[in-house]
Amino acid sequence: MTTPLQPPPKKNPQKRTVSPTRPPEMRSRASLGLQAAAAEGRFALQVCAECQTVQYPPRDACQNCLSTDMPWTDVSPDGELLAETTIRTSTNLYFRERSPWRTGSVKLDAGPVIICHVHGDCAPRSRVTLWNLLDRAGQATLLAVPQERTPLMEDDPQLRQMTADPKHRRVLITDARHPGTPALVKALKDAGAAMIFVGEAETWRPYPGRAALEEMGVDLQPLDLTDTASVQKLAGEYGGKTDILINNARFMRPGGVLERGDTAFAKEEIEVNYLGLMRLAQAFGPGMCARASDGVNSAAAWVNVLSVEALSNAPAYGCFNASNAAAFALSQSLRAEFRGAGLRVMNVFTGPTEDAWYQPLPPPKVTHGALAKSIVDGLQRGLEDVYCGDVAKDLHERFRRDPKVLERERTMAGDMA
Amino acid sequence: MSALTQLATALSAGKIDVIDLTHTLDPDFPVIILPPEFGQCARFRMEEVSAYDHRGPAWKWHNISMSEHTGTHFDAPSHWISGRDVPLGSVDEIPPEKFVGPVCVIDCSAETAQDDDFLMTPDHIRAWEAEHGEIPKGAWVLMRTDWSKRKGAAYLNMKEDGPHSPGPAPDAIRHLIEERDIVGFGTECVGTDAGQGMHLSPPYPAHFILHGAGKYGLQCLTNLDKLPPTGAVLMAAPLKIKNGTGSPLRVLAMVET
Amino acid sequence: MGRRRQSYDGVVLACPVSIPYQRYSVDTAHWWIATALRETLKAAKLTPKELDGFSVSSFTLFPDTPVGLTQHLGLSPRWLDMIPMGGASGVVALRRAARAVQAGDSDIVACVAGDTNHIDSFRRMLSSFSRFAMDASYPYGYGGPNANFALLTDRYMTEFNATREDFGRICVAQRANALNYPGAIMKKPLTLEDYMNARPIADPIALFDCVMPVAGSEAFLVMTEDEAVRRDLPFARIGSAIERHNAHAEDPIQLRGGWTVDLDELYGMAQAAPTDMDLVQTYDDYPVISMMQIEDLGFCGKGEGPDFLRDKDMTITGDFPHNTNGGQLSAGQAGAAGGFIGLVEAIRQVTGQAGPTQVKDAKKALVSGFGMINYDRGLCTSAAILEAA
Repeated sequence: MTTPLQPPPKKNPQKRTVSPTRPPEMRSRASLGLQAAAAEGRFALQVCAECQTVQYPPRDACQNCLSTDMPWTDVSPDGELLAETTIRTSTNLYFRERSPWRTGSVKLDAGPVIICHVHGDCAPRSRVTLWNLLDRAGQATLLAVPQERTPLMEDDPQLRQMTADPKHRRVLITDARHPGTPALVKALKDAGAAMIFVGEAETWRPYPGRAALEEMGVDLQPLDLTDTASVQKLAGEYGGKTDILINNARFMRPGGVLERGDTAFAKEEIEVNYLGLMRLAQAFGPGMCARASDGVNSAAAWVNVLSVEALSNAPAYGCFNASNAAAFALSQSLRAEFRGAGLRVMNVFTGPTEDAWYQPLPPPKVTHGALAKSIVDGLQRGLEDVYCGDVAKDLHERFRRDPKVLERERTMAGDMA
Repeated sequence: MSALTQLATALSAGKIDVIDLTHTLDPDFPVIILPPEFGQCARFRMEEVSAYDHRGPAWKWHNISMSEHTGTHFDAPSHWISGRDVPLGSVDEIPPEKFVGPVCVIDCSAETAQDDDFLMTPDHIRAWEAEHGEIPKGAWVLMRTDWSKRKGAAYLNMKEDGPHSPGPAPDAIRHLIEERDIVGFGTECVGTDAGQGMHLSPPYPAHFILHGAGKYGLQCLTNLDKLPPTGAVLMAAPLKIKNGTGSPLRVLAMVET
Repeated sequence: MGRRRQSYDGVVLACPVSIPYQRYSVDTAHWWIATALRETLKAAKLTPKELDGFSVSSFTLFPDTPVGLTQHLGLSPRWLDMIPMGGASGVVALRRAARAVQAGDSDIVACVAGDTNHIDSFRRMLSSFSRFAMDASYPYGYGGPNANFALLTDRYMTEFNATREDFGRICVAQRANALNYPGAIMKKPLTLEDYMNARPIADPIALFDCVMPVAGSEAFLVMTEDEAVRRDLPFARIGSAIERHNAHAEDPIQLRGGWTVDLDELYGMAQAAPTDMDLVQTYDDYPVISMMQIEDLGFCGKGEGPDFLRDKDMTITGDFPHNTNGGQLSAGQAGAAGGFIGLVEAIRQVTGQAGPTQVKDAKKALVSGFGMINYDRGLCTSAAILEAA
């Protein structure tokens, strides 16, 4: 049984904040397929296209027939725990500081033997399931967990290292005016977030969700992503308490290039959706990076809510999507810049949401509750890429198959958004 | 002694006060809000270019951006569709002598305290004139409401049915132009029109009538309670922006002590 | 495979050299290799210029290879080899050098293994050991070989009802042997109680199951018997030798090694049986691996190692002399030289040059090697039977 994770005590101001350390990051190129699957929470291994042999560790040629065609394929994550050890000493600082560390050897039903982390609730030599998770270095690692869920299994200290679970953590949501913010606050509270701060731009301008936010007892703080000084001020006050930052700020108007005829809205879109992210990152990023190993409520994740159309554009929301594509590109740089500290960047790609600006689109649309659930679920599973809603999942699947075909599909018949 | 020498002497002797009627340009100062599918008024923004650092070792400076109609600002006739064909209708074309002149301050603060949607009528103007004399030709007329003392959301006073703030009734504006030939009209609110001005006839009467007649507007003024009803001189010179429809500016008034 | 191996007749081993190990060294692998080479050549009264065959095993030569060493050390060999097989490298170097001498490609081959150990060099070496380890074992607790062998030990104990005491007896006997060996790093007697109470490292492995990384080097010469006689050098004959790589890949966890594949040839060529061996030198980076070799080399059946050893005396005066100079567990693990330590000691034993660790009347010695935990198991196995002249 996992020992329940206790809320952290108030920080001792005389104690030095522990510098972030990371597990080994070096990997071969072949192994990156495992990372790609882990980013989305899938368990995939290389499977030989010719002889169907399942391979592990990742390699460049089939160990059975020397074929080099071994696409990454979702396979059964079930197996048997063959042996285990508890490592009590390591020359790697990250594991040294977190010892003892339980690892083991699992014989997968699919074939290979896998050295993996072992969840505390796994009985010796039992049947287990492997989860493909990103570790603090942002690299895929496999964790053996019991086949049946156990109480509080998310509190396991090794599993918690791989996730960005909101439990006992303090969360900043950047946009109180976003119509989905109340639902997001509720989902985070249900997930055990210790405190929720919500940034509020232009307090002189009322908005319908404010009453709900006040009722839920969130801490509303002035924050305008288009105003550098405002972002810096909040970071100065709350940057050291921000364990998870969820950037849901959005400026959007419909229209492609010609429909609009000017750059005024595009400028606002860039100011909020792209430069706003940059301002946030410059103000909050360094402090969060410094606190990435700071105990139970260490800084853990940076979340960007993006339109899935950032992957492939179409004119109906062409200019807005372009600003999201810029934010997506920035998030990739940010991901690399944060990785050194072990701070995770999670992009939540959503399809059209149930709100005023997507009103002219036909269903299916993403409800605020569904978006909130995706965000919290992604944090709890430590994902990097979350696709929320049927439209996002469909577009991502098409993108994965062929981005050029997708582009033509979406632009050929005019408005296919 | 010439008039200007007398003025200079009085200024240095402290017999004339210079009152600042301007709000500070602040990123968080309200601007007018239009339905979201329309273009919006840009907020004041300031980005540091350098601050005696690696971006410029010995100097500090900022890039600023805003709308022509951000903060305490001046409306030129070309701001409104009724004034688009007015000669000398943009800020760069307006003869500079229009920027300085006598100012009459009509105190509506008591009425506004009772009614957020207070509309100033010709009767109010006549009552004021009965006490302070007729508004001279070429004067600026400022409507004092003490609205500038409101903070945050109370300033725009936005409700589900739009903003609620005081302003002139259509007849009042017509009266000031047709009967008194003022040079311009100013308020403490975010616009020269009342918050619910879109529901008047014509909609936004202050904007429509003033600018159609080649007159100017001033809004987001403050410190009007420091001005006498008559006798002060107003200085309100907008930036010389080519084809500009308005401009943030420093509005000053000289008042005899 | 149809063809029979040819014998190693006419080729012998001489001039065994062990340079005393150091816990940490400021010197380089080049220094350690040069020192061992110098000593082995001196024993044969050879100059570096006269040497025409050179075989090198080392992990810490980077950025050099044996090619760079020829210029560095002033050698001009006509046969040059590098053996990257860690714990299996001694026997593998022997096999290749012997064939080169037999074929006339070289007259005398110096086989040298050496590595240095700086503060932090063990950690650095671990981090660049193999691609599979980098991808699939370091990220899991970074326990290094300790963690790998902990898994094998855990499984072995469950599978065969072995106890920690069974492994402890191997370590305790080796320490007793090491106390007679001047080059050993560990100089303190070890009791079974000390072993049992030691600090846990990676359960079930504790401190005395692990080797201590050290700096050191080992060397010997391979030449024709005629050459050895002409130079008046004591020498050992090669009864047989085998190597095997990535054997039993289908086993989910390593409980046996590649020796089992070639065992019949090993004893067949040497016309000997396990009971004929006067001493056994196993590769002992962890006692479970020694246990596995004792089983796989035919001294007892699979899983019978604990029982077999329970009533054996593994010291130099005992009925089953094993790792007579203390092995790596007590002498230290000098990188690739750990693949040579048992072989060089066995040459000393069968040539009567072992001094304080000498096993009385040692005529036949079995040496085995095991190396390279590429991912979850050691891939290289080797073994040789040495005979007194």
